Amino acid sequence: MKSGSNLEKVLTEGHFAVTSEMGPPKGTSADFVRKTAEHLKHCCDAMNVTDNQTAIVRMSSLAACAILRQMGIDPVMQMVTRDRNRLAMQSDILGAVALGIRNLLCLTGDHQKFGNHPTAKNVHDIDSIQLEQMIKTMRDDGLFMSEDKISGDVPIFIGAAANPFADPFEFRVLRLAKKIKAGADFIQTQAVFDIPRFAKWMEMVRDQGLHEQVYILAGLIPMKSVGMARYMKKYVAGLMIPDELVERMAGTSDAKEEGVNIACELIEQIRDIPGVRGIHIMAVAWEEIVPGIVERAQLLPRPIV
Amino acid sequence: MLVSEQKPLEEILHSLDGDGTVFLLGCRGCAEASHTGGEQEVRTMKANLEEAGKIVSGWTALDFLCQKALVKTGLQAFRDQILASDSLLVMCCGVGVQATAAVVDKVVHPGCNTLSMGGAQGEWRGSERCAECGACLLDYTGGICPITACTKSLINGPCGGARDGRCEHQPDVRPCGWQQIYERLKKLDHLDKLREIHTPQDYAKAEPPKALRSTTFWALEHVEE
Ligand code: SF4
Ligand code: SF4
Repeated sequence: MKSGSNLEKVLTEGHFAVTSEMGPPKGTSADFVRKTAEHLKHCCDAMNVTDNQTAIVRMSSLAACAILRQMGIDPVMQMVTRDRNRLAMQSDILGAVALGIRNLLCLTGDHQKFGNHPTAKNVHDIDSIQLEQMIKTMRDDGLFMSEDKISGDVPIFIGAAANPFADPFEFRVLRLAKKIKAGADFIQTQAVFDIPRFAKWMEMVRDQGLHEQVYILAGLIPMKSVGMARYMKKYVAGLMIPDELVERMAGTSDAKEEGVNIACELIEQIRDIPGVRGIHIMAVAWEEIVPGIVERAQLLPRPIV
Repeated sequence: MLVSEQKPLEEILHSLDGDGTVFLLGCRGCAEASHTGGEQEVRTMKANLEEAGKIVSGWTALDFLCQKALVKTGLQAFRDQILASDSLLVMCCGVGVQATAAVVDKVVHPGCNTLSMGGAQGEWRGSERCAECGACLLDYTGGICPITACTKSLINGPCGGARDGRCEHQPDVRPCGWQQIYERLKKLDHLDKLREIHTPQDYAKAEPPKALRSTTFWALEHVEE
């Protein structure tokens, strides 16, 4: 075991993993964090906590993860390279371990111009691949990036994102290989709507045997309305939604129900693709829908490991 | 060459609040080329300030405000007007404003913002840029600079935001630098380069080396003191 996190155990025992995600509040309420987590707690193996998602300032991922730990949840702390330099990251990682956080997802982060502080200076002192490598060195060699010794262990299950839909398409597999080499233990992908394209990507992944070197969890976003579907299709960088799904969302009288139907169908199709080891459900601001989806997809109860 | 833009008049007037009499100083170098502090712009500024109720004690535009020795001699002729003023408004890049401040014992207000050149070191037709990072990566990226061509200066490949080959930041004007790097390396049959994990940049190298911190004028200035 690299970290002993619940997520790592579920995956190493060969279960099809389910992770979910919560966005901390734009404020100070620990109750908000607890209430949101309460919806998700019983239907996932680990819970991601976003880090100033879409460059909007929120309660820190580290603090929200600590609250989840108190609730007995296995958090996945997200960390973007946009907001911190190598010193701040390493000290946050030490703090996270001290607070019982065992999974960390390394991300670049959206450009600050998309958020509520567009005039901010971005950092990107190191990039997401270098962040993975840095954590791996901290964990496996007990060394900081400067090669100074760390006192104590750094048991972290290292996560990385992959976007099978962004350009350039062929480069996406190469980049995955690079992330694995840098230290990724698990991958959470961008939300999958276009099954044929995802399947094609997975085929390329399998051709290189990468699915055996890393646990791949396919991303899923349940759609709440046709407006949301259209918005994501048009504006969310690196997301691809087939017209057919948008039309289905437009043509129904109960959009939420149709959104759940689509989510469950997608999970079924994703499970049929060899090499996929789990799903990652991102329903930020619609967390209460997640238990129903996981149940209908026959992924309950979650294994106790 | 430094590129500048004029600050909004409102901001300039705000900075001159309480200064009844102002001396105006322009620059016939880069500021004239930027159309922000040549003779014409200084005249316009004079009219604007007078309309706002200021007294302009005098004005001039000197050659190269960035050269302290020239500023000092050039301003001798305007000694009386300057002494009679509450402050100076200097319409040029940040170097010229600092050089003026160093030789005049009066409050000096900047009239311009000096713009980032984004790695461009002058006027030329190409789109290639160098941000002087001190640790050149071009060998690894097929001759396209990731520091300037990628909005986030990513070193190990693209973020997840590129779409149709355009950067998420300003898709209408910016191609994704990493898409360009990828295509170039593919054409050269050198995609293997992208498998290497590039170690973090030594950003200490992005600081100017000691030798460049002083100039040939440094000795002269030093003796003057
Ligand atoms: S990698 Fe650094 S030195 Fe090389 S072109 Fe880019 S900014 Fe200039
Ligand atoms: S879209 Fe391309 S150029 Fe823009 S930040 Fe991402 S990798 Fe860099």
